[in-house]
Amino acid sequence: MPVPSELEFFIDPGRCIGCQSCIQACAECDTHKGQSMIQLDYVDRGRSTQTLPVICMHCDSPTCAEVCPADAIKRTEDGVVQSARKPRCIACNNCVLACPFGVPKMNTKMNLMMKCDMCYDRSSVGLKPMCASVCPSQALAFGTREEMARLRPRAKPVNTFQFGAQTIRTKVNVMVPNDAAQEHIDVTAAMHEPTIGHEVLDDVFDTQVEA
Amino acid sequence: MTGIAEKTIRKAAEWWGTAKTSFLMHARGLEHHSHGVANVLGAINIVLASGRIGRPNCGYATITGQGNGQGGREHGQKCDQLPGGRDLINTQDRAYVAQVWGMAPEELPQPGVDAYEIIRKIDKGEIKGLLSICFNPVVSLPDNNFVRQALSKLDFFVAIDFFMSATSRYAHVVLPGSLQEEDEGTVTQLEGRIIRINKVVDAPGDARPDWMIIQDIAKALGRERGFTFGSPGEIFEELRVASKGGIIDYSGVTYERVEQNHGVFWPCPSETPEGVPAPGPQGTPRLFEAGSWNPIAKGAGPFYFPDGKARFNPTPYRGPAEEVDADYPVILTTGRVVSQFLSGNQTRRIGPLVDHYPEPRIEIHPRLADKLGIADGDWTTAESRRGTCTLRAAVVTTIRPDTIFIPYHWAGRKSANQLTISAQDPISKIPEYKVCAVRVRKAAGPPEHASVLEPQQ
Repeated sequence: MPVPSELEFFIDPGRCIGCQSCIQACAECDTHKGQSMIQLDYVDRGRSTQTLPVICMHCDSPTCAEVCPADAIKRTEDGVVQSARKPRCIACNNCVLACPFGVPKMNTKMNLMMKCDMCYDRSSVGLKPMCASVCPSQALAFGTREEMARLRPRAKPVNTFQFGAQTIRTKVNVMVPNDAAQEHIDVTAAMHEPTIGHEVLDDVFDTQVEA
Repeated sequence: MTGIAEKTIRKAAEWWGTAKTSFLMHARGLEHHSHGVANVLGAINIVLASGRIGRPNCGYATITGQGNGQGGREHGQKCDQLPGGRDLINTQDRAYVAQVWGMAPEELPQPGVDAYEIIRKIDKGEIKGLLSICFNPVVSLPDNNFVRQALSKLDFFVAIDFFMSATSRYAHVVLPGSLQEEDEGTVTQLEGRIIRINKVVDAPGDARPDWMIIQDIAKALGRERGFTFGSPGEIFEELRVASKGGIIDYSGVTYERVEQNHGVFWPCPSETPEGVPAPGPQGTPRLFEAGSWNPIAKGAGPFYFPDGKARFNPTPYRGPAEEVDADYPVILTTGRVVSQFLSGNQTRRIGPLVDHYPEPRIEIHPRLADKLGIADGDWTTAESRRGTCTLRAAVVTTIRPDTIFIPYHWAGRKSANQLTISAQDPISKIPEYKVCAVRVRKAAGPPEHASVLEPQQ
């Protein structure tokens, strides 16, 4: 069965509290062989406690599949990009290096690329992927566009990204503020800028505190 | 006084004051001070002054540190308490509970002492024997070098625990207890909502539910009366009766009602005085609602005073028990990380959680780190008047430059509570985990514990 077309995935990084529930739940998905496919990182722990969950964006035209010499990565009709197929994957790492979002991971013990498959065993029967089913702040949310519009009136979904000269459209949406001007997100735009963190000294301390 | 800019405090007040609704929640941080009760009263004063209580989307709550932190303290977990929010020192309360337990009020003991005072009395030789259940003070109590010294002095120490904890190693006899997954019953969470815990697996080997072990001990001591329950459900039935008529009244709560309503909120009395409507199927989801009845005000008003009115409590400023000085110039504050739970006796044994946060780190602001020549990842020693602890530094701007932070979930030489002070709040007896004075320096090299892995590593 395909994933019902009205159900979509929404990532809302501003809501992530870094609780790691998604990581644990992901590892427990029946199709993930005990591995977690989610990357949950601090944006810049030195300056902020902000964390960011990364799941597969499920591109319309997936770079990982395009660079695969063994044709091991398949995108199903409903737009879900699957993990590499074990009989075909030659563990060459092309997909790991090519993905604009840094999603595929090489499982060196199994010589197999594994990645987020949107918990295909679950989402294809209308269930939420494991991560979205446990995320307490719904930074990872799976539902209809109408639900999201109702629950998050101040944010809008964006699913177009710019990576160098490449324009990427994805099945997964990222929530951005309503008043954000851009209609796409430039993946590398902020790569060389310092992270904007919550600077304790900006608002907490009037004066220099001598330690 | 706080180090927080006046304009920031004004901005927060503006936000709070102009909001239509607000809910004030805090966790243990506000409470872990030698003036923790005053801190909490200050928070409650803000809620009362703005009238944001007893109506939808408004209120106040404190997030407890443990799964049943709320339920335990409602019904006699501390040795000055009786079920239903009753007091062991109150004559009427003693008489009621003694009658439920089929004994004379004089047979009930007088109030005991708090957890830390028990340790002090052991050290002084006034307490010779100890029975503890899943208590890990060697990790979780402040100044734990003193705790270790005291526990070594016990004539007889029995620990009931589900895993061999750092504290159980001091026991003469360790009885294998059970986890909540291996037993059933109820817990009460921060909303005052009673929820069911169901058994999913049998305890392995000779491990048994804690309540059965307690009953066996009572039998062995020749005092079986009152300890002959056949199931946790029977114990709950007694709790219903014992809490009846108290502030925290569970008498109308049954397992069926809890299961049918996704939990039941106390107070939920089985019978109410004439003219007072019985609570709905869910009990009392919101306290202090206008027009509500309670056993103290008896309809005079929504608050638990004879006139039904709330009280403001003045909270004059008191500093911490130990101020920083020239010798110990840095504030140490301790707390939690998301991957670990309490003293880590469970979570330090779970591989993926160990991977998330393998070891405690000393969080230090770059300004203080620069001054001390400490870089991110360097072995760093924090030393108080009570102990020292060498851990890797995490240089982050999310901590104040006059303060370092160490999470407390680890045992032995990784334990932050080697440094903390055993000062307590005079009312709640909560220890001052959040403030003590330390000095910080770059360590000469890795400590001995650097080569010792956690069980799952």
